[in-house]
Amino acid sequence: MKLDAKIPSGPLAQKWSKHRHDIKLINPANKRKFDVIVVGSGLAGGSAAATLSELGYKVECFCFQDSPRRAHSIAAQGGINAAKNYQNDGDSVYRLFYDTIKGGDFRSREANVYRLAEVSVNIIDQCVAQGVPFAREYSGYLANRSFGGAQVSRTFYARGQTGQQLLLGAYQALAKQIEAGGVKMYPRTEMLDLVLINGQAKGIVVRDLVTGEISSHAADAVVLATGGYGNVFFLSTNAKGCNVTAIWRAYKRGALMANPCFTQIHPTCIPVTGEHQSKLTLMSESLRNDGRVWVPKTKGDNRPPNEIPKEERDYFLERKYPAYGNLAPRDISSRAAKEVCDEGRGVGPGGRGVYLDFADAIERLGLNVIRERYGNLFEMYERITGEDAYKIPMRIYPASHYTMGGLWVDYNLMSNIPGLYVIGEANFSDHGANRLGASALMQGLADGYFILPYTIGDYFAAERPAKPSVDDPEFKKVESEVAERTKKLLSIRGRRTVTEFHRELGKLMWDKCGMARNEAGLKEALDTIPAMRREFWEDLNVLGDGNELNQSLEYAGRVADFMEFAELVVYDALTRDESSGAHFREEHQTPDGEARRDDERFSYVSAWEYQGVDQRPILHKEPLVYEEVHLAQRSYK
Amino acid sequence: MNLTLRVWRQKNSTSQGTFIEYEADDISPDTSFLEMLDIVNEGLIKRGEDPVAFDHDCREGICGTCGMVINGIAHGPLGATTTCQLHMRHFKDGQLITIEPWRARPFPVIKDLVVDRSAFDRVIQAGGYISARTGGTPDGNTIQISKPDADLAMDAAACIGCGACVAACKNASAMLFVAAKVSHLNILPQGKPEKDRRVVNMVRAMDEEGFGNCTVMGSCEAVCPKEISLDFISRMNRDYLGALWRSR
Ligand SMILES: Cc1cc2nc3c(=O)[nH]c(=O)nc-3n(C[C@H](O)[C@H](O)[C@H](O)COP(=O)(O)OP(=O)(O)OC[C@H]3O[C@@H](n4cnc5c(N)ncnc54)[C@H](O)[C@@H]3O)c2cc1C
Ligand code: SF4
Ligand code: FES
Repeated sequence: MKLDAKIPSGPLAQKWSKHRHDIKLINPANKRKFDVIVVGSGLAGGSAAATLSELGYKVECFCFQDSPRRAHSIAAQGGINAAKNYQNDGDSVYRLFYDTIKGGDFRSREANVYRLAEVSVNIIDQCVAQGVPFAREYSGYLANRSFGGAQVSRTFYARGQTGQQLLLGAYQALAKQIEAGGVKMYPRTEMLDLVLINGQAKGIVVRDLVTGEISSHAADAVVLATGGYGNVFFLSTNAKGCNVTAIWRAYKRGALMANPCFTQIHPTCIPVTGEHQSKLTLMSESLRNDGRVWVPKTKGDNRPPNEIPKEERDYFLERKYPAYGNLAPRDISSRAAKEVCDEGRGVGPGGRGVYLDFADAIERLGLNVIRERYGNLFEMYERITGEDAYKIPMRIYPASHYTMGGLWVDYNLMSNIPGLYVIGEANFSDHGANRLGASALMQGLADGYFILPYTIGDYFAAERPAKPSVDDPEFKKVESEVAERTKKLLSIRGRRTVTEFHRELGKLMWDKCGMARNEAGLKEALDTIPAMRREFWEDLNVLGDGNELNQSLEYAGRVADFMEFAELVVYDALTRDESSGAHFREEHQTPDGEARRDDERFSYVSAWEYQGVDQRPILHKEPLVYEEVHLAQRSYK
Repeated sequence: MNLTLRVWRQKNSTSQGTFIEYEADDISPDTSFLEMLDIVNEGLIKRGEDPVAFDHDCREGICGTCGMVINGIAHGPLGATTTCQLHMRHFKDGQLITIEPWRARPFPVIKDLVVDRSAFDRVIQAGGYISARTGGTPDGNTIQISKPDADLAMDAAACIGCGACVAACKNASAMLFVAAKVSHLNILPQGKPEKDRRVVNMVRAMDEEGFGNCTVMGSCEAVCPKEISLDFISRMNRDYLGALWRSR
């Protein structure tokens, strides 16, 4: 299979405008004849569905929550990047582009990233126009803060609720289109398969989560905006519902999965307290602007933090990365924390934690400023831990947070299946081996508002509207496969619950394929996962039936997919015999413990092709060609 | 801790519901309320009994999905908190805890503690937006917004659409929710051109969905996890009357 990324020719800075110019227009009367399915109503899906509908396409949009406003995007706290250079601190499209490429450890496509930086400025304008209440200076102008991996202040924010406010913007735009009849919204509806007709994506099979009814929806193109798969680790900062199902079922129908092993571990989460834990809570990275990260210098120092004198503290990020200090990128900060805990210098129950201390910032800026900046985060911390972080330092530890991998897409955001588009966290497109803070919201909205609505026209221009009937035998066949699978999950009636299996899988993935990986551990995981999967299908216990709201059944379907998907993540991690960004192979590090890339052998996107459960998938490689940037050893010293 | 739960069980929207008692034993005070229910559900599945259905997603207090009435209080006894952010350390060992769904006519029960809040979506569809099409918008800094206005709009925009305000109100009024939504957009200069239409249409939609009248008792404000202020209701009333007057 030849992977053609369809990157336009010409100089980097002109590729996108040239491409937009080259895309044939579709006349408005014709647009009405094209039907588009958008699965997902987060930032990517919500913005895409609204915009496509404004353009005149007929849209059906799906989400599994009870309202499109509740997609996981809502949880983003910190902010959204844009190369506005409002602070006059030397930011530019080029700098945001370069920071993103470097932050991704030179494993992303130049042309995509440049375009992302370019449209970032439009996103802010769009959101302001929609009424997103971004923070303002006293002058009335927009305020900015800085974020990990950048030396300029380019992050826009709305208190600690940036994701919520941006999502409400997209949701309200979507609501307007629903009211106008341009979008039909299906909440509490889960996509369970993709339907191809003559090799083109022509529809989906869904389950109504309230009635249990399985049905088909047909269209001229399908857009997946279904978010990330961080919950493969069981414990993560993702919402409980986040899953891999939509993209996994598309993969099983022939779409390629790219870079699945690039999973990001976020450095500032509240540490695990016990077995009951159902998820981990992120403390926004913006806290690292003012908080200082430290552990005691000596192992086993159990004194309360306030009794440990400054000289006996190791501010390890400031020590190791003087230029970026506490704002070093996520992968680097996470590993540094793991390292000091491995040395036995971790704090809190279980020794898996480091301090994030605001005492100096409070002294410098006053309590009120800190409260104004982070009040809601301190409150959340207190709610969960029962501790007051204004008085004693927070404890934080890394947790699974974001997935850079996802379905492979070309420059137009179309997968290798004609007519199947993938946007937002669900695709692999822009962040390489590591994403910078505040860049996911940017990418989701770039894809949904400003890229897909243009590029989908490129596909439709060569097609005639030809939405098939859902009575087509292909739809019926897929429907019965979905029904069969549902029935099977309900018929096992074994001894173990879905949660038990998910927790077991997650622990294995975290231990063997988490923050650090090595060959032996990965091979062990490859042996264990298939056995675990067999046990799942033999000993799972899901009660109730399929004709009602059945949350265990929904969950079982998602975990069944994680059970297959996890193996692919491990294959990818094993094959990528280098360290890059968030993918840290212990065999490949510099003498001071930094990731060592191998550009000679691994400067490519891995794109996996499904061969059947229990079969080794086929690896395809899209070489990464750098015309503009010079590949360098990433350094934040 | 050991607790006794009295949980509302209802098979579906048409069946009759009833309270059933369950024991929740050996619960760590560090568990969240939903994690406590997870533990109870695991036990139920092991015994071959249908687990209790409840809505949740983010478990961080921001998506507005979770919500149950705990000992008569929407989102439970701790103020300014969603159910998912409520931890068991706020309960006493041996306590009896009654758990019910939101009870309001416009929010029919789907199953157990899960209700249908789509009425909120329809209220937004009636006008809870600024009609800015994608593209062609001016540079963000050409619209200056004073910090107090931006902050006030943000106070209103903080509503997570959970519906606790409705559940807490004797009349099942949605005034706090609608007022928050209207105010967020009406305060901002970008929202001004559609200000009158917005408030009139949203209030109409609210009435059509069957939400009751507001008698300004403040039970909504007391349970709101985002501490949305009753002041927004007065503000919306002013906007509403102004709009009617201007349309005479
Ligand atoms: C706690 C937290 C904080 C974060 N903070 C930031 C931040 O400050 N800045 C930043 O840039 N990024 C941040 N991120 C990352 C960012 O929030 C996400 O990457 C981004 O919101 C993903 O958006 P999305 O639209 O791709 O997917 P999502 O928002 O996850 O939406 C997925 C949608 O798909 C639907 N869906 C999924 N599967 C199916 C299916 N099978 N059938 C039907 N519907 C389905 C869901 O219902 C949902 O509507 C944060 C992430 C977390 C976890
Ligand atoms: S006003 Fe408060 S209680 Fe009502 S929906 Fe909004 S956040 Fe929930
Ligand atoms: S689960 Fe999201 S607010 Fe409680």
